[in-house]
Amino acid sequence: MSHEELTERVRRIIASAQHLTEDKVTADSTFAELGIDSLDGINILFAVESEFNINIPDDAAQTIRSVRDVVNGIAKLLDPELGGQAAVRA
Amino acid sequence: MPSRVVVTGLGVVSALGHNRSDFWKALSEGRSGIAPLTSVDRALLRFQNGAEVRDYDPVRYFDEKEIGLLDRFAQYGVVAAREAIADAAVQWTDALRERSAIVTGSCAGGQSTEDDGFVNLYQKNIPRVNPLTIPRGMENAAASRISLETGIVGPTYTVSTACSSSNHAIGQAFWMVRSGAARMAIAGGSEAVFSLGFLKAWEAMRIVSPDTCRPFSRDRRGLILGDAGAMLVLEPWDDARARGSKIYGEIVGFGMSSDAFHITQPSPEGAARAMRAALVDGGISPAEIGYINAHGTATQANDATETSAIRAVFGKHVERLAVSSTKSMHGHTLGAAGAIEAVATLLALHHGLMPPTANYNEPDPACDLDVIPNQARSSQAEFALSNSFAFGGLNAVLAFKKL
Repeated sequence: MSHEELTERVRRIIASAQHLTEDKVTADSTFAELGIDSLDGINILFAVESEFNINIPDDAAQTIRSVRDVVNGIAKLLDPELGGQAAVRA
Repeated sequence: MPSRVVVTGLGVVSALGHNRSDFWKALSEGRSGIAPLTSVDRALLRFQNGAEVRDYDPVRYFDEKEIGLLDRFAQYGVVAAREAIADAAVQWTDALRERSAIVTGSCAGGQSTEDDGFVNLYQKNIPRVNPLTIPRGMENAAASRISLETGIVGPTYTVSTACSSSNHAIGQAFWMVRSGAARMAIAGGSEAVFSLGFLKAWEAMRIVSPDTCRPFSRDRRGLILGDAGAMLVLEPWDDARARGSKIYGEIVGFGMSSDAFHITQPSPEGAARAMRAALVDGGISPAEIGYINAHGTATQANDATETSAIRAVFGKHVERLAVSSTKSMHGHTLGAAGAIEAVATLLALHHGLMPPTANYNEPDPACDLDVIPNQARSSQAEFALSNSFAFGGLNAVLAFKKL
């Protein structure tokens, strides 16, 4: 999966969870800009875990504040050996 | 004329033991009951520790037929009520039974009963669910059983306001006895949290600690769930003196508020309003309070918010105010939290010893209170508060006086 593809899927998940149109959610959006509070945040992570069948640890979850954080976090989890960006390019 | 309301009996079953003396011994020693979970498969959970009631055998307290009718949460409530009533040495008459109330709190009711039934239905494809699921699962199961056992036929009900449930319950009972609407009340709460479905729901909230419960400590990582039942016997001071009863202390005030802010994030204004309301209800000035048993869940949000609220209410008096969270020892018992912490607060005033905040490692500038780190401290405190702040933004605070 390319980085772009992953970003697209994350944008779709967040837009759907927040009942926003997809164009409102960009790769550069922060949670604050999108009005995502702590409860919305864990709800989004739940949707992400379900979509990618991954488990996001609590400690990692606490550092996620933007669309980019979500994308990079998933990339890392999908390939912990390689680290974020490299894993998605592969 | 309103009555002064005293507490003449206490009962508690928790991770710190099956009775109030074991409970107090652990609190006064700063000993935590938090340990690796044994009642569920830890491999299925991200968190591994809890405050379970250890070596609890229902057969010690109930016959087989009663066990069939009572979920664990109701059993804890009944066991605690029996201890409290025996402690108060209540002499029942028909007139007293008619004028007595029972008010209990529970957040979740019979979770494990429902969990078991749904495992059969959804996982094992067994199309029949146990007909006792409803009477076992209902949040008022403990209150109803206590009524059946004692013959109390006065006002009996259950309050469910998440983590504030049993502070709301005790507060309502206090007001009934104070006004004369009830001549005596059994009040408290109980909770049994350790069923897999319920624990997974808490796991998804991402606020359960992966290690232990460290309230107000900079390195706190969340709450630890616990099981408990805790009950109090409330009666007018005049009645208690007339019958020569022992008295643990007085309930002097009760305050409630709603945040109207957010469904899970706490608000310092809402918490402060409830503390102020309890002080006003009790006719106490902030400077008279010597100890606060904090809500102190050890989540990032609660402890910092509660600190702001306490600072807002007490101002400079904070410097002479000791605050501890006994959740560090008995865990967060949700609907039983107010009741178990009321017992802790009454015993603290009674014995002149404030229980510590256990598992405390390092100060957090966002929680700059005297939190009685790790070691109990003797105290001349005459008045104390016990805070409960619930999900849903519902707050309930009790005020106690040493007698």
